[in-house]
This record gives sequence, C-alpha cells and structure tokens, in this order.
Amino acid sequence: MQVPAPFEYERATSVDQAIGLLERLGSSARLVAGGHSLLPMMKLRLANFEYLIDINDLHGELGYIRLSDDEVRIGAMTRHRELLESDVLAGVFPIFRDAERVIADPVVRNRGTLGGSLCQADPSEDLSAVCTTLDASCVIRGPGGAERVVTMEEFHVGPYETAVADNEILTEIRLPRKSFKVGSAYAKVERRAGDWAVVSSGAAVWLDAGRIVDARVGLAAVGPNTTGIPEISAALRGHEPSEELYRLAGAIAARSCDPVTDTRGSADYKRHLADELTRRTLRTAVERARS
Amino acid sequence: MTDLQDSKLTEFEDNDQNPVGFGRMLRKEDARLLRGRGRFVDDVQLPGMLHLAILRSPFAHASIVSIDTSAAEASPGVKAVVTGETLKGLGLAWMPTLSNDVQAVLATDKVRFQGQEVAFVVAEDRYKARDALELIDVEYDVLEPVVDVRKSLAPDAPIIRTDLEGKADNHVFDWETGDEEETNRVFASADVVVKEDIVYPRVHPAPMETCGSVADFDPVEGRLRLWSTTQAPHAHRTLYAIVAGLPEHKIQVIAPDIGGGFGNKVPIYPGYVLSIVGSIVTGKPVKWMEDRSENLISTGFARDYIMRAEIAATREGKILAIRTNVLADHGAFNGTAAPVKYPAGFFGVFTGSYDIQAAHCKMTAVYTNKAPGGVAYACSFRITEAVYLVERIVDTLAYELQMDPAELRLKNFIQPDQFPYTTKTGWVYDSGNYEPTMRLAMEMAGYDELRKEQAEKRARGELMGIGIAFFTEAVGAGPRKNMDILGLGMADGCELRVHPTGKAVVRLSVKTQGQGHETTFAQIIAEELGIPPADIDVLHGDTDNTPFGLGTYGSRSTPVSGAAAALVARKVRDKARLIASAMLEVSVADLDWVKGAFQVKGDPGKSVTIQEIAFRAHGAGDLPDGVEGGLEAQICYNPSNLTYPHGAYICVVDIDPGTAEVKVRRFIAVDDCGTRINPMIIEGQVHGGLTDGVGMALMEMISFDEDGNCLGASLMDYLIPTALEVPDWETGYTVTPSPHHPIGAKGVGESATVGSPPAIVNAVVDALKPFGVRHADMPLTPSRVWDAMRGQATPPI
Repeated sequence: MQVPAPFEYERATSVDQAIGLLERLGSSARLVAGGHSLLPMMKLRLANFEYLIDINDLHGELGYIRLSDDEVRIGAMTRHRELLESDVLAGVFPIFRDAERVIADPVVRNRGTLGGSLCQADPSEDLSAVCTTLDASCVIRGPGGAERVVTMEEFHVGPYETAVADNEILTEIRLPRKSFKVGSAYAKVERRAGDWAVVSSGAAVWLDAGRIVDARVGLAAVGPNTTGIPEISAALRGHEPSEELYRLAGAIAARSCDPVTDTRGSADYKRHLADELTRRTLRTAVERARS
Repeated sequence: MTDLQDSKLTEFEDNDQNPVGFGRMLRKEDARLLRGRGRFVDDVQLPGMLHLAILRSPFAHASIVSIDTSAAEASPGVKAVVTGETLKGLGLAWMPTLSNDVQAVLATDKVRFQGQEVAFVVAEDRYKARDALELIDVEYDVLEPVVDVRKSLAPDAPIIRTDLEGKADNHVFDWETGDEEETNRVFASADVVVKEDIVYPRVHPAPMETCGSVADFDPVEGRLRLWSTTQAPHAHRTLYAIVAGLPEHKIQVIAPDIGGGFGNKVPIYPGYVLSIVGSIVTGKPVKWMEDRSENLISTGFARDYIMRAEIAATREGKILAIRTNVLADHGAFNGTAAPVKYPAGFFGVFTGSYDIQAAHCKMTAVYTNKAPGGVAYACSFRITEAVYLVERIVDTLAYELQMDPAELRLKNFIQPDQFPYTTKTGWVYDSGNYEPTMRLAMEMAGYDELRKEQAEKRARGELMGIGIAFFTEAVGAGPRKNMDILGLGMADGCELRVHPTGKAVVRLSVKTQGQGHETTFAQIIAEELGIPPADIDVLHGDTDNTPFGLGTYGSRSTPVSGAAAALVARKVRDKARLIASAMLEVSVADLDWVKGAFQVKGDPGKSVTIQEIAFRAHGAGDLPDGVEGGLEAQICYNPSNLTYPHGAYICVVDIDPGTAEVKVRRFIAVDDCGTRINPMIIEGQVHGGLTDGVGMALMEMISFDEDGNCLGASLMDYLIPTALEVPDWETGYTVTPSPHHPIGAKGVGESATVGSPPAIVNAVVDALKPFGVRHADMPLTPSRVWDAMRGQATPPI
C-alpha cells in the first residue's frame, strides 16, 4: 500500500462554503472530486497538499446535464458514468459517449467527474480534447459568487495548470449549439484498455445544405496542451466533405501537433496517428451529421 | 462486450462433478478466498506490532558519502532507524543470493540500482514509517551507470561490483552447451541458414499481492516466527538459519495465503531480512509490506536475454541444427533463482520439439545497474526464453523457405518411437506424441480455412496473421543429484495421516500461490485411497507443520510433490491391506482394491471400506503381527527425471492497417500435461498463462532511461493485460502420461506462459508479411508494429 503524506480533510457542504475554505487555505488546499488522478499522485507523493476539500457532496448542486436550444450545460461534478449513459447528450454530441467508452474503467468512471478531468489538465486527458472539439467554455466561480466564463484555450494554461485560481471552483461547462446539422466523434489509440491515450482525436462538423459551415478537431497527448487546430477549421469551412478534405485535415493535424517520444510510442508514430485519427473522426462526424 | 451465453453456464455446471479422485471439481480453497476470508501476510496483526519502511536509492549507481538519520529518529512514532553501517557491525550487510553471488541487504559502499535498499525505519504505523523516510538525509556521489547491456563489457565501462575482490569487469559467467564443432560442421554444409537477433525484454511477474513479511522474534525463547510471501518456506528457513546464524529449529516460516507468485516470491529479499532485524532491534513484531512501486522496481524481474539465433536446414525443410549466442542481463547482483549447476536455468532445451543433428549455445551473463533477479515470471527456469528462441527462428526458416509453418513443424517433430529422446544438449525427454497435439490444434482452429480467409483479406489489403508455437517444457526439478538450490537437493516430502473416522490430513512441502493445491492434492489422495476430497485437509506453507521440501516454482508441485502424495497414499494403502486381510480373515493375496475398499477375490459381498479400516487401525483389539496402530505414512520423493509436457498453440490476430493496433482474435491452446488431475484447474492455469503471454507479447517491458531510472514504477506505466485484451480462450488437450511419474502427470502451471508469446509474435509477424517483415521484437505495441510495417523494426533494448 502506498501511503500519502499527512493531510487534513474536510467535506464541503456547498459551493460557496468550499470557496470560503479555499479562500482561507490558499495553495495548501486542493479540491478532491473523483480523486482518481489526485489520490494516486498523493500516494506516489508526487503531489502533497496540507488540506483536501472533498466536494463529492456537491454532486446534487453540480451534477447535471441541461439541454437548451442554444447550448448544453454540464455541471462540473457530473460523473463519467452519467456522461456515458446520457441519451440526451449522446443525441446531441455523440463524441461524449465515444470518449467515455474508452476512458479508464467502470470503477474510475463511477467516481471521476468532468470538472475533475478538466482541472487535472493532463495533456493526455480525453474530456479536455472533447471540450476543445466542441468549443466549450468553462464557468469559474470565485469568492462572493463572482463568476467568469473562459474558453478552453484560456482555461488550459499549461500541462497540469488551469486558469482556475486557488480560491475558485470550476462549476460548469457550456457547449454551444448551432442551428445546423451537427455530427461529432472521438477515437483513441491506447496500448491497453484503460490506458492513457497514445494519441486521441475528437472531431465535430456542422453541415448546412451539404457543406461544412464549421468543423473543429481536438487532439490529446500530442503536445503540452489540448488545443484546437484553427487551421483545420479554416481549411474545411465552406467545402463539401470528401476523402480528399479529410486527408488535408489529417495532414494539417500531423504537422500542427508537437508529440514527444516516450514509452507509449515514438513522436513519428504519434504524428501519424494525429493524421489517421483526424481523418477517421471527421469521416464519422460527417456520417453522423448526415444521418 | 461479451454476453455470458448459455453454453458457458453449462461449462460452469460441468465443473462441479464431485469426483472421488480425478475430475472437475470446484476449488476447496475458493470458499475462503472468494468470501474475503483468506489470510494473507498483510492480514497478520500481532499485539504491539510495528511497521517497517525502506528508504531506496533514487540513483542507479552512486557512492554513499554520508547518511544522517537524526531527524528521522526524532520523528513522532519512530522506534528505530537502521543503515547499512549498523548491519555491517552485525555482519548482516551482505547476504548470499540463490546463485552463489552476494547481494547487499542495505547498501554500505554504494548503490547499484535504482530502488536498492539503503536504510529502514520502524515506526508505530506505516504512515509514520513512510513519513520518516523523507527525513533521512543521504548524500550521494553519483556515478556513471551501466544501463546498455551491450556496453557492459566495454573496457571503459564503470565497474559495478567493486565489492568483489579483484573484480575488474562486469562479467558474471560464461556458459556453454552442445557440441560447437559438430554444429559448425552441420551449418557449413547446410542448404539454408537463417540468422536473426531476437530479444526477450525484461518483464516483471507483477503478482497482485506484493512481497512482505511479519517477523516476530522472541528474545526469551530465541525463537523467530516469520510470516512471509514465499513460494519456498522450507528453503527460506534453512537459508535464514545459515545467513543469520539462528538455529534452524528455532525458526518457523509461515507462508499464509499468497496472492500470486509467478517466481516473484522465490528469492529472499532484503525486506524479509530487514523485518527480522527490525524485530530483533525493537523487541516487537515488525511488519514490512512493500508498495506497488517497490515491487515493480526492486524485486525479481524475468528474461532480459539478447539472443542471436541461427538455424540450418535442407532446402526441403528438414531442420539440421540450431545455434545461439546469448547476452544475459543479470542486473546488479546475480540473484537468479535456478538450480546451482544450471546458471542459465534450463535454457538448454532450446532445440525445442525437433529431431535435429546438432546444437550449440554460448552465453555470457553480465552485471548492469538494474534490479537483480533473472528467473521469475512463470518461466520454468529460462524455458520461456528457449522456447521463444526456437519457435521464432523456426518461423523465420518457414518464411525463407516459403513453407507453411505448421507443415515445417510437422516435418521435424521428434517421433513417438524416439522417446525417451536425448536432445543434442543432453536433456532426456520422458515422453511425447507431438503430431496428434498439433493436428488437434489445427483442427480446432480450422487451420486451412483460416489460411484461405487470410489470403482473401490480404488481397483486400487487410492484415490478418496466424501464428503457431509448439513447445516442449521441462518441469519438476530435481533429481537431487543434479539439481540443488545452495546445496539443498530438489526433492519433496509428504506426510499423510488418516484419522479414525476415515478423514485425512496430508502435509506438503510445496506451497500454493493460487494454483489450487488444496484441491489438486486432495484429489490425488482421493484417487489413491477412495476418500472423498472434501474429507481430506491439505496443509502447507508452515515449516513447523509440514515436511521439508524445496517449494513451488518451475511447475514442480505436481511432478515432484504430486508424486510424493500419490506414493505416500500407496504406502497407507499397503498398510490398510494388511489390516483388511485381518478384518476379512483372508490372505493379503486374496484381496482386490476397488477404489475406497478392499474386497475378497470372487466374493464382492465381502469387503471393508478404507474408513472401516481406518477405525480398525485406531480401534480396540489386536492388529496383525508386525502392524503398528494408526494409519499414516511419510515419504520424501526424489524424481528420477523432469517431466516434459508439450503443447500446440495457434493464435489469430488482426492488425488495423491505419493505427497498427493488434487485436488477438482467437487463441487455440492444446496442452498435453500427461494425466489430468482436475481439468478445470488446468484450464484456469492455462487461461492465466495465455493472458500473461498477451501481456509480454504486446505490452509488457521494464524499460530504463539512460540514467538507469526505471520507467515502469507503477501499473500506469508498466502495463499488464486485462480481460479486454484477450479473446475467449479455446483450450483442448491430449494425454501422453509421464512414464516415470507414479500417476503419469506432468507440470502445467507455466506451459501457457512459455508457449503463448511466440504464438502471438508469430501471428503478428505473419500478418505483416505483405510488408516483408520476417521478425519484430516484443513488446509489439502499436508504435513498434507501425515501425515494423515501415521496415524500421528495432530491438526494444
């Protein structure tokens, strides 16, 4: 049994109470949601915090998937399993179900949350790629109920670093809906079920009268940050979907990313996968948009 | 997702047939294990027990300049902090390894691998012990490490074993087998010679339960009780006696339930010794339970052979000779657990299942700045490496001859009438009948149809591969005249006692780590005496309550201890016959044994059961002249030879041409382990070993960076397979009994681990044939398969 260093533990009873605790304890405190990234890091003593504030009791407040005409709002405490099983979400953005099927294992999915995944900001994290693909924005609440909304690009400051300050909580993810036919998909190559991605790719395509009005691709594990690739969006907009277009997008993905060689694979291979998976997910996304 | 189909449920029903003897029955130990009532080392709680944590080296190679333990000693709850210097004073800083090398218990002069033991803390609980480790201040002078095994013997390589007097290089041993001159002669005149460099990377057994111990030294009685995760409690007790100077009769080693071993729990680790020292120093029981990272970075690894293989054959595909040159990485200390006269284990069986004219092997073993070990992970003493070598090189020959790999194997098998067969490296295969096993596997696979499907798929650009491996294992060490561990002969005792009511207890020297001994051995006794397995208690794992023997590894339990169990039951039966003759008032010659009873020849109505005889043996009234009361016997069995199980494995893979991901679609395993005691347990062991094989072939490897940092220190980094990576196993069997084993059984525990990696690799390489791939090394991760597809396959080390 790996044992963490000593820490104090408190269960939050409301979002504002949790923010109050964070305000008081500063950088020595950390929120724990599902805990499936944080606790292993603490047991390995890669992360040491004096205080853990458990926000699992806030699931009632922050666990939801709400659909309106112009957006989908998902509470930060929504668990992987809820994202996987939501037919409402799968109906609008099937990319979530694609991704959740290949995230970790049922034990992790029962506990892990959307907000926790994003705040962990691991460059290989799947839901960050999904949210990037869907052009999500993140709602961050601070002291006194002050809320600010940031884009995914602003949210990710660097590997394991986000725009959420020591006295703030990520409360909600907003996914814009557009009045076009939309399709989305996610694909991941992993060495073994439940492993982090060697590379994964999400794609979303909006079609109007057979033409692409917008398209986005989000990659994971091929660079320090999970960011969209605007060049792909620009190259696809206004065109009819075609294999040639997917190839072009794949080529842009391959040259736009910045993978490193590690035990999961060589940089060359990862670049190849960025290409291959971009093409595959775009193809599926278009098929879904058309159906 | 796979649904549990009706047919599967039928299989479960079939497993509960209540045999009085051999046959399918549910495991007796599972009632305990499945309900969480197992008792493992970490479950042991003793009054006043303290906890031990080990400080390990962050560097692969560094001199220790100084160690300051004062802050740790002052830490709350800490009872003792001990360094190598303290042990040196007690003469305990070094201990012998199982291969007649020495290894540091705690480092004194320098550290030689990342994760090496440097100091330990004993504290009130494991949190306090772990916290105090961070307060120990060690000053290191970092040295250049030897990480690349190929450079270990370079003249300018740093010397790792400066502790060995006069040691001027990193050489451990050279070893040779076979006839070099004859082999060279055959190679020189052969039509075809194929050469390939084949790497079997370093892998870890990764049992679910890590290693640990609880030591309880009683200073008044001078008695040591040691609960430990050991596969060989008796051998360990003797070695503790020798190393620590404690009298052997005052040491009790208890191996309670063990959560998987796979060879990982054969060696004596410094942690076990440290818990003993901790108990002596503090006067309290001390528990040491390593964490997952410690287990992965510091305990016995397996494999790590770089093999240059060559095969010579005629143009028609008759294999003439095999030779190989091996570079073996043994880590910082030679801790290989193998019979002393076999420094390369049983690697000499690399000639496989084929009747050839000549063979030769030269091996060089070296030190590197990596964890010690060398034989572990269900490898049957290096047969895993040997079988991988021969089955891979035979496939490369098939590739060059453009011959079907099944046909090539069938053409070269040792024939049934050649057994017992002496190989060109001197191993005497006891029995075998290879062709029916191979044919059965091909029939189960639908081999011809698979080849047809493959041809169609290739025409469409799809990648499908069919891989074959045929193995002969050598398991069940001794005999004791050839095989010993540090002077202890490889033989095993067994004691059987039948109680007055006809229930029985059998005591074994071997120790289960999950293999089902409590069921298998009850069934062996049941078969011999006709007492139901439910009425037979199997005791093992406690040196005070079981006879001496060398333990469970190398698939030796059934070949050695299983033979002992059968023979001890026959001894009891012989005595029972004498008592029965008195009870039935007929001569011994007039009795027939019908399982569970003696009956009078020609008068089946007159009989006595074994239970009745047992009561009579303990009951009132006289026994026949010369017969003592009671019904019990003991034996020590020294096998006359190893047993040689064999098997034919066929694997079907599909590879995604875009991502290079390998999917194992089907796996057909036909095993011949001689007489089958409990087919369900055999199948379970085969399933486990095949899963191991998927791990090694596709994902497992302990890798290091150039500074010697271990890159597989957690199960997030060191991958082991899950149910999702494996297909629905298709198992079959043939039966070729061992002629020298009393019940004809052979070992099977490691067969699947030995046989499956080459089948899977052969399948992947076969799938990549359109790219002109003849060989690619494990682990065949998507990235490495993609390299191979582009003609850029590289060795993993």
